[in-house]
Amino acid sequence: MNRLLAIVEREMRKFFRSPSLMVMSLISPILQLVIMGNAFGGKIVGTHVAVVDQDHGPQAVKVHEAFDAVAANIQTFSTIEYNNEVQAREDVRTGKIDAAVIIPPQYSRRVYAQDAPRIGIVVDNSDLFTSSTLESEMQSLVDSLNAPQVQDRLARSVALEVVELYPYVNYLKFLMPATVALSMYISVMIGGGILYLDDKARGVHEGYLVTPITKLELVFGLNIAGAIKAMLAGISLGVIGSLLAGLSVVFHPMQMLQLLALIVASSIAFNGMMFLFMVRVDDPLVPRAMFGVLNTLLFYPSGAMYPTTSFPKWLQALTIVDPFTYVIHGLKAVLLKNGGWIAIWQDLAFLSIFGIASLLVATPLFKRTL
Amino acid sequence: MSAVSHPVMDHGHAPARPAAIAVEHIWKRYGDFEAVKDVNFSVAEGEIFGLLGPNGAGKSTLIRMMTTLIPVTAGKAVVGGHDVSRDPDDVRCAIGVIPQAMTSDPDLTVEENLSIYAKLYGVPRGAREKNISDVLDAVDLAKWRGAQTKTLSGGMRRRLEIARGLVHNPRIFFLDEPTTGLDPVSRIAVWEMLNKLKVTRNLTMLITTHYMEEADKLCDRIAIVDHGTLVALGTPVELKNSVAGANVVEVHFDRQDDAWQGRMESMDGVTSVVSEGGGFYRVITRSGSKTTMEIVELAARLGETLTSLSVQNTTLDDVFIHYTGRQLRDEQVKAVTFALPPRPGVRP
Repeated sequence: MNRLLAIVEREMRKFFRSPSLMVMSLISPILQLVIMGNAFGGKIVGTHVAVVDQDHGPQAVKVHEAFDAVAANIQTFSTIEYNNEVQAREDVRTGKIDAAVIIPPQYSRRVYAQDAPRIGIVVDNSDLFTSSTLESEMQSLVDSLNAPQVQDRLARSVALEVVELYPYVNYLKFLMPATVALSMYISVMIGGGILYLDDKARGVHEGYLVTPITKLELVFGLNIAGAIKAMLAGISLGVIGSLLAGLSVVFHPMQMLQLLALIVASSIAFNGMMFLFMVRVDDPLVPRAMFGVLNTLLFYPSGAMYPTTSFPKWLQALTIVDPFTYVIHGLKAVLLKNGGWIAIWQDLAFLSIFGIASLLVATPLFKRTL
Repeated sequence: MSAVSHPVMDHGHAPARPAAIAVEHIWKRYGDFEAVKDVNFSVAEGEIFGLLGPNGAGKSTLIRMMTTLIPVTAGKAVVGGHDVSRDPDDVRCAIGVIPQAMTSDPDLTVEENLSIYAKLYGVPRGAREKNISDVLDAVDLAKWRGAQTKTLSGGMRRRLEIARGLVHNPRIFFLDEPTTGLDPVSRIAVWEMLNKLKVTRNLTMLITTHYMEEADKLCDRIAIVDHGTLVALGTPVELKNSVAGANVVEVHFDRQDDAWQGRMESMDGVTSVVSEGGGFYRVITRSGSKTTMEIVELAARLGETLTSLSVQNTTLDDVFIHYTGRQLRDEQVKAVTFALPPRPGVRP
């Protein structure tokens, strides 16, 4: 037992003596949280839309008024008057403006005559987010123009009432589970992968192997130390990230306990998996090369960014064995939904079994000799 | 257990003390490649035993088998009374090992490095503090106890490695090229320290080296290893005496002429002549003064110019050439040539 603790002690002392390692395992997920949370989560505002009015009739004025209302309120776009339709199309193509609305000649007359009146919109569909936002906004405006001036006393159309179970989840909050999971994964990748093989290459393991330490003591010592480092990263990110994102988990002891349990199970699972991957590797370049591959293979299919139900069957099969899936599911349940133990016990069970199984497979593969 | 092995083998007997290390017909194979081939020797208690050979000769493979780092393919090695294959943990408790690389953790302090290894070796809590103080005194690092290892010089780090190998009071000490990478002053300091440790701690030491001077000054007996086999074994004096010819004459003519070698070989007392190129020859002879005179007379008679001429006693270099047919430094030159490709415009 003393020997096992000596390995843990050495690893932890080294960890705390190298603050750069700690910082690096936290800084990337925090950056991701702050940059991606702010960059991707917001609504599109301030785009420029050309209006080419070839009608100038009363109904065209109503369209102008609707546009002005948007510019004054939700500010999705502001309008610029163009006289030339060809010039407006060209400016959309060259990116000077984001879209052009064409109000054709005889538009007002066609509205009054109920003769299939049309308004055209030219969008730059190489930018999916902006073009779909503008299309959707324009569709809302057209719907409002189509609405009858006088409403029926009894509504005949079916309306959908949306009830949101949880308070508004902005993108920053949505990213929190992924960020905490990534911090643990990066810590394991650096501590359990890169540093493990660097130590091996420098001969540190040779130093261990000439002592009477047993294989089990060595394997468990290295893995306990790796899991502790991942836990520290997960807890730090859980607390810092929650405060940054405005989540209240840190003020609720039971939620914190659930978060802690998930972090412990996730750290054991990630570390066991990484040890299994690296147990027979000698080249220190391998974990560096594997970093991106594993990240893509495990993180993106986990449901952290997109719902797994949208994946093809083969990708859904991968998510079943991917520990990230359970980490993300559990963290979402705790951080965003306060779902309680009932929502995370399956994740905890899978992650614990996965971690222990990985170690059970890796231990016989670990060589007690060089 | 008698020491055995072949060539100088008659001179290779260990002192009449119990054997701390006994290696019998040991082999190491990696697939078809035989890294160590049927090696036999024994090391007596309290002896410093050197394994001398070029890089790739099999020294490190031998030491790794004896320290349980790699399994033995065939044969037997008994260290401290324990079979390395059957009782590896007993062997590990009895030995201290200093690997070739400096593996102490640079981020930890000197004391922390020693403390962690004391725990790994199972030194009881009560004895740990005293052992650490003792070994730090022994390697003269006591005042650096709290310093971070990365702040130490190369020589001090090597001393820390030595202290780390001694922290559990082993009886047998293995050092794999302990002075590689050290400057000459640090190297001599390490030699002095090892000699002191041998006396004060009654240690048996097995050292691998490719430095002739190190083997000569430090070791009680030396085994020359080449291509995985043990080609000679004996005390430095025995090995030198085993080479026919007591002196080496180094002569440098101002031009290369293949005829010189034959002329010198035919001289009385000359046992071998090795051409090293560029008109440089090493002549091994039973009488240095007589051969020198004859070479000078020969050069004067033929009107040739001698650039330099020196006479010296047989060294381990000569012993190595005698038993392996090449110089140890040839191997090092090859290594350097491999590491540094020729510069453009410079003829190799």
